[in-house]
Amino acid sequence: MNTPSNVMPGSPQQSQVIPPAVITATGRLYWAVRRELWEYRSIYLAPLAVAAVFLFGFLIRLIYLPAEMRAAFRVNPVQHQDLIYQPYTLAAALIMGTAFIVGIFYTLDALYGERRDRSILFWKSLPVSDLTTVLSKFTVPLIILPLLSFAIAVVTQFVMLLLSSAVLLGSGLSVGTLWARMSFFHMSLILLYHILTVHGLWYAPIYGWLLLVSAWAPRAPFMWAFLPPFVIWGVEKIAFQTSYFLAMLQYRLTGPAPSTPAAQGGNMMEMLSALTPAQFFSTPGLWGGLAVAAIFLAAAVRLRRYREPI
Amino acid sequence: MACIEARGLRKAFGTTIAVDGINLRVEEGRILGLIGPNGAGKTTALNAILGLTPYQGELKVLGRDPWTERDQLMRDACFISDVAVLPRWLRVSQALDYLAGVHPRFDRAKAEGFLAKTTIRRSSKVRELSKGMVAQLHLALVMAIDAKLLVLDEPTLGLDILYRKQFYDSLLNDYFDRSRTIVVTTHQVEEVQDVLTDVMFINRGRIVFDCSMEEFESRYLEVMVNPEQVAAARALKPIHERQVFGRTILLFDGVERQQLAALGDVRTPSIADLFVAMLGNQSGAAHGASR
Repeated sequence: MNTPSNVMPGSPQQSQVIPPAVITATGRLYWAVRRELWEYRSIYLAPLAVAAVFLFGFLIRLIYLPAEMRAAFRVNPVQHQDLIYQPYTLAAALIMGTAFIVGIFYTLDALYGERRDRSILFWKSLPVSDLTTVLSKFTVPLIILPLLSFAIAVVTQFVMLLLSSAVLLGSGLSVGTLWARMSFFHMSLILLYHILTVHGLWYAPIYGWLLLVSAWAPRAPFMWAFLPPFVIWGVEKIAFQTSYFLAMLQYRLTGPAPSTPAAQGGNMMEMLSALTPAQFFSTPGLWGGLAVAAIFLAAAVRLRRYREPI
Repeated sequence: MACIEARGLRKAFGTTIAVDGINLRVEEGRILGLIGPNGAGKTTALNAILGLTPYQGELKVLGRDPWTERDQLMRDACFISDVAVLPRWLRVSQALDYLAGVHPRFDRAKAEGFLAKTTIRRSSKVRELSKGMVAQLHLALVMAIDAKLLVLDEPTLGLDILYRKQFYDSLLNDYFDRSRTIVVTTHQVEEVQDVLTDVMFINRGRIVFDCSMEEFESRYLEVMVNPEQVAAARALKPIHERQVFGRTILLFDGVERQQLAALGDVRTPSIADLFVAMLGNQSGAAHGASR
């Protein structure tokens, strides 16, 4: 096929035809997700930074730990357990909260940023479909951020446990009570379950909506994401004097509440563990939310086909 | 099979008609220059060909419908649409990794070979490179893709003359062979004249001129006429006349070379001169008509 006369001496052009490499759909998705992590480094940097700052705060708290432990022997065992768990729950909550905030800003920028910096023209010159692109961007808040925040939270909690043990040993107290009263493995398992179900699946329609806005917004995606719900709430209130929309948003943000009243009074870990998989996966709100997320994503895929640099 | 085939290609933005029923056929192995004034519809036509914009009419690129099969089409086609569309956060090494990961026809070794001839470092981010280096990088990535069709929309805009010359030299020497097709638009017409095999003028959404470079060279001749022979030369019906340093230069369509040689110095006109002759006249006529 090649005509050697066109080739300058010493040019690197090879005359043999190289067979095209086999690239699967999952392979493309893998690289598309890696691309997201290259562009948005805050996906892992932000939770890591928050974990580091939290650990610094925990170091200060450790000064009082021996005194706390001595005092704790005088209260009843249930309260004692709450006291021990509290910093670990706080660490997990802070890291998960950070991941949620990162997820919001990430999805809002994911399909808007490429139009703003015109790089959409480069991405569209490659054989990656709009579906793969949108799915890769949805994978980040659905799977990557939850797994990442779980890993960071568990490592943080483990470091906290080691630091506590070291301080207790240094002050001549037994670490036995600390290790006996908390089950690290149990705590991690509940955390993983909570992160994957609530932060991944339950929040899916939120991320779907933000991706849709990101694909559509001519400018200021943040405004377009938050203004419509606000207006809907206001219009519903004035027209029908009801607040169903607001209640729906609250339900979506807080997650499905456990039905057993005993669990509601207890600490966060017990509350979360009370929500069994059977109960969670039979909540209509979960499947309704996933269906809505699918509609938002389909619309985002279709919109991206029409999108040009802004 | 033609590489690009369009019939009645049309695209309107509201009431503005950007592409007004273009019929186009680009065969395999050609280098087509699409020349036109700003707002003529070049970019819109190319965007339709690349599946970046919806259109009316019939269009097949490498046998595919670009609008519905863009990702499939991009396995065999590639484009540089405008300079500076590489994301600024991207590292050179990441660009190579990503293309190798998603593009079945990307040859990483080849891209590395092209990059080795430049001063671009593998660890640099695009934002750290000069405009010329970004163009070099983009070209290196694109040339390492074994594509059947390459579309370049103003690929050298804003680059200095050294980079521009190098850009087209590498394209011709290291990339082009008779099995590939290249479509290029540019305002620096004189720089691509020797590169093209075909030229097409587009104005107000329509193709106003279409010919191969062989035909161009045999049909159009420019004569710097000796002052005493101007009247005789005008009798041969030049399509355009201009004055340079007091000498008259006439442009002829389909007049024998020997006949013109007697009137003065004969040479092949530049595409730019013909463009001015054809479109300059046309817009002049339009202005006259509206007056």
